[in-house]
Amino acid sequence: MRKGPSWFNLTSLVLGFAFLYLPIVLLVVYSFNESRLVTVWAGFSTKWYGEMLRNQQLLDAAWVTARVAFTSATIATVLGTIAALVLVRSGRFLGRTLFSGMIYAPLVMPEVILGLSLLLLFVAVDQTRGFWTVMIAHTTFSMCYVAVVVQSRLAGFDRSVEEAAMDLGCPPFKTFFAVTLPIILPGVVAGWMLAFTLSLDDLVIASFTTGPGATTLPMKIYSQVRLGVTPEINAVCTVLVAIVTVGVIAASLVTKQQEARRQRDIRRAEAQG
Amino acid sequence: MVDTAAPGADVEAAPALKRKRSLGGWLLIAIPYAWLLFFFLAPFFIVFKISLSEIAVAIPPYLPTFDLAEGWQGLRENFAAFSFENYIWLTQDALYWKSYLSSVWIAATSTAITLVIGYPLAYGMARAPAAWRPTLLMLVILPFWTSFLIRVYAWIGILKNEGLLNQALLSIGVIDEPLTILNTNAAVYIGIVYSYLPFLVLPLYATLEKLDESLLEAASDLGCPPWKAFWKITVPLSLPGVIAGCFLVFIPAVGEFVIPDLLGGSETLMIGKTLWSEFFANRDWPVSSAVAVILLLILVVPIVLFQNQQQRASEKDA
Repeated sequence: MRKGPSWFNLTSLVLGFAFLYLPIVLLVVYSFNESRLVTVWAGFSTKWYGEMLRNQQLLDAAWVTARVAFTSATIATVLGTIAALVLVRSGRFLGRTLFSGMIYAPLVMPEVILGLSLLLLFVAVDQTRGFWTVMIAHTTFSMCYVAVVVQSRLAGFDRSVEEAAMDLGCPPFKTFFAVTLPIILPGVVAGWMLAFTLSLDDLVIASFTTGPGATTLPMKIYSQVRLGVTPEINAVCTVLVAIVTVGVIAASLVTKQQEARRQRDIRRAEAQG
Repeated sequence: MVDTAAPGADVEAAPALKRKRSLGGWLLIAIPYAWLLFFFLAPFFIVFKISLSEIAVAIPPYLPTFDLAEGWQGLRENFAAFSFENYIWLTQDALYWKSYLSSVWIAATSTAITLVIGYPLAYGMARAPAAWRPTLLMLVILPFWTSFLIRVYAWIGILKNEGLLNQALLSIGVIDEPLTILNTNAAVYIGIVYSYLPFLVLPLYATLEKLDESLLEAASDLGCPPWKAFWKITVPLSLPGVIAGCFLVFIPAVGEFVIPDLLGGSETLMIGKTLWSEFFANRDWPVSSAVAVILLLILVVPIVLFQNQQQRASEKDA
């Protein structure tokens, strides 16, 4: 009935994506600006990247952030995957509504509330604040994102393959690692990446829960941004944007490839059978 | 024939097995449950408790504090010392209730603007040729993954008085003198719409893409004009996506801190910003806890509605 997209749809796509991308493109372009004045173009230069690499405080903050993000994403992925399994598989149990409530609420809970409440908890149990408290805070909210991502992967799961493995005498624990995990792996990997970038990105919760010696990169960027826009910060932002972009695109290509291979294997198995 | 009995017996055994959860099954539930109880739920009770305390020059900066060594008597005195004074203070100082009202107003307006911009975008994506869709989806997801702080920061350089937007508008002669946008509420609206657009587009696109096109064809065969078919069929069927998307924008936007702080000005009153300065600048932990409790009470209704909707959606999928 329809021949290609209509002019209206095309216009809304072009305008929508221009709105989403123009600010980031401008930010990247002006990170290569020679002039210190961020809004006056004075020729191409990479000097702000050199400046960035000589800024020891910035590098220290980046290192803290990378460690927090890696640790919290890994723990959050384990906890979130278990939580997703519980949500999809465990049926009814006492306090299920509370459990699913605690999974969905952090997705929309304002960060100031999460940050303040966690800080007051750490104070109440007399925990010195620093790397570990930020890590725990990030794990807590990102495990909920992981649970939601893995849950959607589990929803379309064919349980007969698991049952087949169990019927052949495979213990439940081994069945999980040999059968279930490989199938839901794309969801688990996506969950880990999401948890990693959420942690990389967070300013508010980290500001509440951090202590001396554990300044994260967003906190460092924020304190410099308050003093004004500088090309050096543009350079840092460009590097972060590049890392996330490459990571997300690479992950989606790998997933697509694996999916294609799986489909091919299924077809081959069906042809042989 | 001999084999048929065994699978039959298995089918009968399976539900019984399911009903009696193994130790491993309970452990599986207990681990994430305990984590969330301790790190997500318990802190709210502590916030509530501290909102009833009074500020003190001490570490931690509030009174009374629990001391187990004082035993039952100490606990009773503790409860006696609690008061709702901080809440009374919140109603007396106009700053707080103005902040709440203006947060809800700014969040609601931004959500409406996001919907107006996001709906055509999601619709265009869902109606695009099937071969384009994965790429388009990727293009929406990418900014969603990109740092929030960076995306807000990017707008400072654009909206400044000598910024790129004003330069562009001046050079094409639309305006004679630079517009002041940065550090006004207008900049806050732009920031919220821009930052939360993917949150609205993604669930909306998911429902629009699943929409059965034969319904629209049937309507058009029966002589229904396209715009009427859009209002009578597309809009009602996409409503779950619209609701989910609006919740995902509205709820976090009410408590937003980074956007009003970096893009807004002194006229911008938002409760996230008020809480932040109460905590970090005034170091008044009890009052900021009371601010948080009230904010949570305001958001409880939309959060519960959002959860029910999510749960129904996930049960429908499964």
